[in-house]
Amino acid sequence: MSAERSIHRTRPRPGLDAERVRADFPLLAQQVHGMPLAYLDNAATTQKPRQVIEEIERYYREYNANIHRGVHTLSMRATEAYERARSRAAQFINATSAQEIVFVRGTTEAINLVAQSWGRSRLQAGDEILISAMEHHSNIVPWQILCGQTGARLRVIPINDAGELIIEEYERMLGERTRLVAVGHISNALGTINPLDRIIELARQRGARTLIDGAQAAAHTRVDVQALGCDFYAFSGHKLYGPTGIGVLYGREALLEEMPPYQGGGDMIKVVTFERTEYNDLPYKFEAGTPHIAGGIGLGAAIDYVERLGLDEIAAYEQELLAYATEAARAIKGLRLIGTAAHKGAILSFVLEGIHPHDIGTILDHQGIAIRSGHHCAMPVMERFGVPATARASFAAYNTPVEVDRLIRGVEAVKKVFS
Amino acid sequence: MFDLKDLYQEVIVDHNRRPRNFGALPDADRKLEGFNPLCGDRLTLYVKVAGDRIEDIRFDGTGCAISVASASLMTEAMKGKTLGEARKTFESFHEMVTARDGGGRGAALGKLAALAGVRDYPARVKCATLCWHTLHSLLHGGAAPVSTE
Repeated sequence: MSAERSIHRTRPRPGLDAERVRADFPLLAQQVHGMPLAYLDNAATTQKPRQVIEEIERYYREYNANIHRGVHTLSMRATEAYERARSRAAQFINATSAQEIVFVRGTTEAINLVAQSWGRSRLQAGDEILISAMEHHSNIVPWQILCGQTGARLRVIPINDAGELIIEEYERMLGERTRLVAVGHISNALGTINPLDRIIELARQRGARTLIDGAQAAAHTRVDVQALGCDFYAFSGHKLYGPTGIGVLYGREALLEEMPPYQGGGDMIKVVTFERTEYNDLPYKFEAGTPHIAGGIGLGAAIDYVERLGLDEIAAYEQELLAYATEAARAIKGLRLIGTAAHKGAILSFVLEGIHPHDIGTILDHQGIAIRSGHHCAMPVMERFGVPATARASFAAYNTPVEVDRLIRGVEAVKKVFS
Repeated sequence: MFDLKDLYQEVIVDHNRRPRNFGALPDADRKLEGFNPLCGDRLTLYVKVAGDRIEDIRFDGTGCAISVASASLMTEAMKGKTLGEARKTFESFHEMVTARDGGGRGAALGKLAALAGVRDYPARVKCATLCWHTLHSLLHGGAAPVSTE
């Protein structure tokens, strides 16, 4: 142990250098309202490093072509790059193979795909789908639609006042009719990190399938779908320093094999006659039409980028930022944190007594500080906490303690306007 | 760069803190809800009309400073006005907060001109106009809740 210590002393583990990370993001070097931009709206979307921007530009400048069909050089280059991105995504979340990686527009489409393909072909009247009370609308509405189509029932696992899923209630709600448990990895409105190991284990014991909405997690914590044991996992490129319009649905191969196609069209078929169509292999069965090729390639570059920074380093750094921001926020009189779970991602949701979040958002914007204000597409969460909306600062690898200081000073300035 | 004080003028801060004509109007002959689903602002407008005149007008609900102050100022300005005057003020107000040059209407609107600053904040225009759209619909016999979206 003493040897280990001395190693640590002599060779400290290099942490994340946020200033160096910042230098990769051209957009961050700008002023807003005459102040340096402090971009704290990363749960909505992250900024893009030049490595991603340049890779997308290179595709359009040098090898733009359709994929999976041409024999010409450009088409083969584009196909190779797109499929390499798929392999990178598979490694990124430790899928068994690239066949388990379906490219979609984003987390929302991934969930809709599972609802309409798996859900619609499997569920019957009386079956139950469990979601949690902290879900984003995109992990609520697709199931409501599915319930309308099949007669299945949507049930909501309650959360406590800290914004944590009440595991005992969940255990009670799991029953013979539970066919699917669909929960977020990290709550976008509260920051809560859900205990996925336990949630998934309990669901598996009851024979229920599991879908994890990983939109808020992929850029902030290491994801290992095999270790988790989930059936589906979804995430978006644009919250992972990648482009908008591209995301990933991971599904266990055996499940994807059994599922009917989501959309029909080119690329998802092997043979088409007017009498019958033979569908393509995985994952192409679920990828009708020309996909977002540049997006997929950009996502691959984004995955390379975060892997270079290191997910563990990112997570550790963001936890430090969150702890620092939380402590400072708690010292502000009249500020109430919404979401105080023991395990949280770097999301700080709050309200100020007597001041509406939209006024907070506008006044902070005036100081060059970008936060989100509103219901964060989680209206039931707002209702649960008795607020119409919250202000939310959400951090990424390029944010700094100086920006946290500016946020805190900015909130004090908001109070002054209304004092 | 816009000056924040143009948006959060003293009169707006004051009307937000102490909204006038706030609370239900028990003998209202019409009431209507206005809702901004994007930000969760919600207000209910109560009106008592005698003949061609707005005899009394009140509101309640929750919202940002701009939406609360706007509703407060609106009720103050509309009390005692004829329906024709109300329609004209609605149009002038709308022009003031949406036209690039403010439509040159600010001066004619009295205290309501305090809200002219929102035209520099496109994301906030709906906060200021929600109560007006609700009033407009209410006076034209609207029964379905008004939504900004």
